[in-house]
Amino acid sequence: MIVWLILAPLAAAAIAMAIPSNRFRPWILPAAASVQLALVARLVPHGDPRLFNRWLAVDPLSRPFLAIVGVVFFLCSLYAPSYLRIRAERPNRVLCACLLLFLAAMNLVALAHHLGLMWVAAETMTLVTIPSIYFNHNPRSLEAAWKTLVLGSVGIAMALLGSFFLAYAMLEGGSASTLLIDELVERPHTLSLPWLRAAFVLLVVGYGTKMGLAPMHTWKPDAYGEAPGMAGALLAGGMTSCAFLCVLRFVHIARIADDADYASRILLFFGLLSMATAAVYMAKQKDIKRCLAYSSVEHMGMLVFGLGIGGGAVAGALLHVIHNAVCKTGMFLAAGNIHRAYGSKSTDAVRGVLRRLPASGGLLLVGFFAITGSPLFGPFVSESMIVGGAFASGQLAAGLAFLALMLIVFLGMGNTLIHCALGPEPESANATRFRDRIPMVAPVAICMLLTFALGIHTPEFLRDWIDGAVAFLASGPAVP
Amino acid sequence: MVPGIVDPCMVLVLTLNFHILGTPRLRSLIFVVGLHGALLGFLYPVAHQGFHAEFHGGPAALGALIRLGLLTAAIVGIKGLLIPNVMHRAVRLADIRPTLSSVIGFTPSVLLGGIGTGAAFLFASRLPLREGHEHHLLVPASLATVLAGFLVLVTRREALGQVLGYIVMENGIFVFGLLLIDAMPVLVELGVVLDLFVGVFVMIIIVNHVSRAFPEASTEHLRTLRE
Repeated sequence: MIVWLILAPLAAAAIAMAIPSNRFRPWILPAAASVQLALVARLVPHGDPRLFNRWLAVDPLSRPFLAIVGVVFFLCSLYAPSYLRIRAERPNRVLCACLLLFLAAMNLVALAHHLGLMWVAAETMTLVTIPSIYFNHNPRSLEAAWKTLVLGSVGIAMALLGSFFLAYAMLEGGSASTLLIDELVERPHTLSLPWLRAAFVLLVVGYGTKMGLAPMHTWKPDAYGEAPGMAGALLAGGMTSCAFLCVLRFVHIARIADDADYASRILLFFGLLSMATAAVYMAKQKDIKRCLAYSSVEHMGMLVFGLGIGGGAVAGALLHVIHNAVCKTGMFLAAGNIHRAYGSKSTDAVRGVLRRLPASGGLLLVGFFAITGSPLFGPFVSESMIVGGAFASGQLAAGLAFLALMLIVFLGMGNTLIHCALGPEPESANATRFRDRIPMVAPVAICMLLTFALGIHTPEFLRDWIDGAVAFLASGPAVP
Repeated sequence: MVPGIVDPCMVLVLTLNFHILGTPRLRSLIFVVGLHGALLGFLYPVAHQGFHAEFHGGPAALGALIRLGLLTAAIVGIKGLLIPNVMHRAVRLADIRPTLSSVIGFTPSVLLGGIGTGAAFLFASRLPLREGHEHHLLVPASLATVLAGFLVLVTRREALGQVLGYIVMENGIFVFGLLLIDAMPVLVELGVVLDLFVGVFVMIIIVNHVSRAFPEASTEHLRTLRE
């Protein structure tokens, strides 16, 4: 039963709260992640009948996202015990419990077929990430936590208003109001167009805030910059992907309500604005983690850009969610190692990473080339599909803008990361004794191997999932 | 829907909005925001479409009545009592300054609130509304309250003032939700209210940390992280 995807992490969170030892508690994370991965492997490929009056279901859209959440959380959980061991000075009870609640909330977002339930899950996702962002308990992390909380709450409030507008669109169109996605999809032509459009804007703004789309992205560099690398990886790989799924749900409704053009214009605007914003702020970025955060803003922009373009770009966007999540997870974990080794994230202090941390530094560079669309890696495949979709559909200007912004980001990000990787180690580099260690490098290596493997070959099951999701987006409710 | 009761309540909500925008006194603001929430909680059963249809006797009617009563009690309890209590406690324990400051000043806040309310009425009059909803004040009051809350959120310097602005925004959204009572199952309604409470609770914990780290819990100090 798919409900175990929510109940199992909840139970694990309760166990984490009960375990007295700060040292042994983090091991609950890989244990719970293994159960999660097994459940995903067992339940997701076959789908599950809709549960609780169609409130929960595995449908073609949720399938890849459940897999992403499972894989990203598993990789981060492998990293967590070693990281928390070297951070033994900080209590981790609340952190471990909240990470498991975060997993439950992400699964609930992926499974929810009721707008109200999806909203509750998305809001819960924000709330339980706060202890991770404030883990370091210093003024900077306090500021990041506050901004994330306030901006996230305002965004999610907009999403709630948008959900209500969507329900009202049905009421005004003459049907009974509903927040069940299946019912909205079954009767798309009864939706009142002005309300549907207002709802769509609010929903994209609301869930776009969670994704970190510009101009609602301002929490992202702060949160990713101040949170431990592991938490940044979960936010960049998990939460943003789930928020994108929420946007996908509304694009689905808009498409079958014959309002795809309006939705496309909105998505293209936010997509290109996000990419341009990232390009500007990455140009002279001196903080590694903030640089990765802006890269996340860029890639969220790519996702909604692909959706806005339509056609073959939609499949590219869906595939890019997977590629971005896996690669970004590895990059954040590697950046976390570098932060530990240098006691700083600033390019003023972080130099000669390839000498000091050859594995983490090398893998971060691999991640940089992968995420910026270099051939042989997964993102190259999906980004090519997106830009190819733009050219194939005759949207040349949009396609060229996409390529130009990618190039600017490549130069900006390269300037920051290559500067850190090369050169001699500064004298201050001896400040910490942290070196590459297998438990904290292996998850990064797995991420990069997966990114490389996905660039060489897209597995058959993944291709089927993406095709199924694309077909589902163009149709009414499908039987899972 | 009982317009005879709902509309005067909406007028009261709009009046409270202006008080919220204009008062610098924190305790008074917390009390009024609590009153705002409690008023909306009491409106919940009034706005319930099945109010008359469901309560004509029998076990099913009794069940519906109990469910509605419990939900009303939960909304009034959380919005009207629990949240204000937690906030008063935070003010006392963290020794937060009892007056708020505004980036634009309080009189301009009220003026902007007035313009926002006018714009909300104008906008609502142009929206296609379902028959029976055109003459209600629910839609314009909802939009005006969301705007008032947003104004408080972005203009108050103190963290607690911003939390109160967020609650007012949520109250505005709740007003719109009264039009959709049938679409909102009890479980989701409870989930939304509980999430609001947990959100406010987490915010207050952070406010406590801010007040320990910086004087007067002012977010003016939270400006280190920028490009």
